Amino acid sequence: MRTKLIAVLALCCVASSAYATPKIQHWQAPSGAQVYFVEDHDLPMLDVAVNFAAGDAYDAVDKIGVAGMTHGLLDAGAQGLSEDDISRKMADIGAQLGGSFDADRASISLRTLSSAAERDAALDIVARVLQQPVFPEAVLVRNKASLIAGLKEAETKPEHLSEKAFGKAVFGNHPYGWQTEVADVEKINRADLEAFYRAHYNAKNAVVALMGDVTRKQAEAIAQQLTANLPQGGSSTTLPAVAAKIAASEQRIAHPASQSHILIGTPGIARNDADYFPLYVGNYILGGGGFVSRLMNEVREKRGMAYSVYSYFMPMQQPGAFQIGLQTKKEQADEALKVVRQTLDTFVAKGVTEKELQAAKDNIIGGFPLRIDSNRKILDYLSVIGFYHMPLTYLDDFTQQVDAVTTKQIHDAFKRRIDPNAMATIIVGAPESEKKNQ
Amino acid sequence: MRFYWILGCVLWAGLAQAEVFEKTLSNGLKVIVKEDHRAPTVVQQIWYRAGSMDEKTGTTGVAHVLEHMMFKGTKSVPVGDFSRRIAAAGGRENAFTSYDYTAYFQQLHKSKLPLAMQLEADRMHNLVLSEKEFSKEIKVVMEERRWRTDDDAHSLVGERLMATAYQEHPYHNPIIGWMNDLENMSYLDAQDWYKTWYAPNNATLVIAGDVKASEVFALAQKHYGKIPKAKLPKRKEMGEQPQLGIKRIVVKAPAELPYFIMAYHAPTMHDVEKDWKPYALSVLAGVLDGSESARLNKALVRDQQVAISVGAGYDSTSRGPSQFTIEGTPASGKTIAELETAIREQLQAVVRDGVSEEELKRVRAQVTASEVYKLDSVFYQAMQIGQMESIGLGHQAIPVMLKKLQAVTTQQVQDVAREMLVDDHLTVAVLDPQPLTEKNKQAKGGTHAH
Repeated sequence: MRTKLIAVLALCCVASSAYATPKIQHWQAPSGAQVYFVEDHDLPMLDVAVNFAAGDAYDAVDKIGVAGMTHGLLDAGAQGLSEDDISRKMADIGAQLGGSFDADRASISLRTLSSAAERDAALDIVARVLQQPVFPEAVLVRNKASLIAGLKEAETKPEHLSEKAFGKAVFGNHPYGWQTEVADVEKINRADLEAFYRAHYNAKNAVVALMGDVTRKQAEAIAQQLTANLPQGGSSTTLPAVAAKIAASEQRIAHPASQSHILIGTPGIARNDADYFPLYVGNYILGGGGFVSRLMNEVREKRGMAYSVYSYFMPMQQPGAFQIGLQTKKEQADEALKVVRQTLDTFVAKGVTEKELQAAKDNIIGGFPLRIDSNRKILDYLSVIGFYHMPLTYLDDFTQQVDAVTTKQIHDAFKRRIDPNAMATIIVGAPESEKKNQ
Repeated sequence: MRFYWILGCVLWAGLAQAEVFEKTLSNGLKVIVKEDHRAPTVVQQIWYRAGSMDEKTGTTGVAHVLEHMMFKGTKSVPVGDFSRRIAAAGGRENAFTSYDYTAYFQQLHKSKLPLAMQLEADRMHNLVLSEKEFSKEIKVVMEERRWRTDDDAHSLVGERLMATAYQEHPYHNPIIGWMNDLENMSYLDAQDWYKTWYAPNNATLVIAGDVKASEVFALAQKHYGKIPKAKLPKRKEMGEQPQLGIKRIVVKAPAELPYFIMAYHAPTMHDVEKDWKPYALSVLAGVLDGSESARLNKALVRDQQVAISVGAGYDSTSRGPSQFTIEGTPASGKTIAELETAIREQLQAVVRDGVSEEELKRVRAQVTASEVYKLDSVFYQAMQIGQMESIGLGHQAIPVMLKKLQAVTTQQVQDVAREMLVDDHLTVAVLDPQPLTEKNKQAKGGTHAH
């Protein structure tokens, strides 16, 4: 749940003052890649991320798991570099190769010292990893075995069981709800990885984010170095639409854990949704605001029924989930569920008070500087802004957008988007199922 | 990367933000300021030198329970208001409890530091511990224990391992406490704890961010300066008799894959200038598990494929003793015994043949780079200072330790491995996975928690 800042501190009856936001430079590399850059020489280091529309929602229906395996094997060998060469050479210069992967996005990231020797060596490795991966058969075999073991292990964990059932209940046959099963992994072969790589790791779909101690000229050269030799062409990056509404459902799954794991939700919003800010600010009041949200107050503070209870919208290219979650002692699961549902019902039916809205704005706007106070955080914003085609002024406008939200907008947006009578509910380790199945 | 990276201002003295200032108020509160002007934000952390290792039999978990109760109001700040006021100031806040200390923090815009100080100082001596709030919060803590430990197979193994490796030392008990003790705890136990340990002369205040040290000292004097000193109980030296032979335990819990931890008793840092074993053990952990191409992952996961995952860990800095640990999950078709044999071969190779200069160079390069990367997180820099102060080494030890770590020799790594990695000092805890369908009720169990 990311947002940005720059703020008008109208709330503290102090003269409005704007928070400084990073100056984002944007251009298209000759390769076709979109580049987002913040030049900052305070620390002698450089962060880079290269993002592709290659998350697991881009899997073919008969080749589920290929996207994840492709991403996972990028650093398993590249032209002239074995798996061990890559990790050893990175360690030799203290560089860190990382990555992230979700339904929409696959990315590779690098953190390195900015001194020329380290930086050049690190970038050379990343350039090869991105543009000349070899997907070695032996590593594929090993990773498949490891992933299969991991999936079997996950099948014993209430968190995994609830997330899996939740995905299916909220997204049905949409790729956002697909789950990788053992049988899917077993049939993945090298040709699948190469085909997926050629189709989705293209320069024209690449978003390069750079943050740190290099000049504009160096940044231009780096962006080109990392993308010039990516596969040409590329398939469409638009995912199928998510059905906005679902029918109410409730699923109880037996599990011997002492707590029930409860998830409640429905399709939520896309990244560029017009309702984004009213829903984001409203959700802070409902279950996003740490210790001060309504859910936290009702479930934990008043009743001591859970350690953690939360709600969030996961904005994705297509609407991601709106999700409420908690864990509570099995014997009181139904009672806790009732409290959560009542809290949500009241919230959607009656909306929020002016006082609550003001408190939410005070926190989100006043806390804006904390969102951009490190290179790492700024790098993540650059990736998200570029990947989701958000305005370059997103950070500059953020606090104004939050400040403009009204109680009426929140009430209206939640009423239209969240129907408490049409939610999917998953209870893993549910009391009834215990009795039935054991 | 479970290696314990130490930070130091020495290598990067050229960076203007790496300055640390300290002052002790007349009531004994030590104030440490780390100026960092990259962003207009600040973090306040208050560290109390009281953790679960200071608890008594029958009230394990009370340090952590009190941490929860610290959010429940004072004479002038009603229950819930602490969090509401920090939130309204745009702040983020939380707290954590360890074996050695308990700490509270807020991150905010620099203009809000006075508010955070006012609130934190207030709850240092004005906490209201009501039976009513306690009765709700203790249930929250029990839910936390179920979630963190009772229902988490790997946590359970870790908890039982500690309880086996330590028979005397209070690291025997889990930070979150045994469930039975939580069930029998009263608000008076929490009150005793608060009265005993929460005092300026048992705390360190760390402020890091876009501030001026002189202004912070003045603010600290204003908000914390009048809180009276307390007479602290004498701390007894606590130890662990030498182990007289290998210990092995089995933990049954719902899971699919087996998992195990090997833990060798190991020393911690007492004299940062003279000690050498903790540095050598830190480097050994880096040689074994500092990167994906380090010995354990390369040999056991990539080459022999006897493990799905394997790792080594060692923490050189704590108030009590330490352990050098190795943990792993066998690959499909391999047993724990096969994995243990393969791990022992790796350890024996270090004892027999030593490590290479190239491996040490690699560890040093990683330490050097992480010193720079650390500067990207003001919060983490403050954490390091608070931790070092709370365990008694002091923040000045940080650059010294960095220098000494870089000076470790291959001979020292081999020597320390030969001395420490012996069976008589070893505890092995094995997870025996149980199918979900046979309901196997756990007794209470648990591990570290924050």
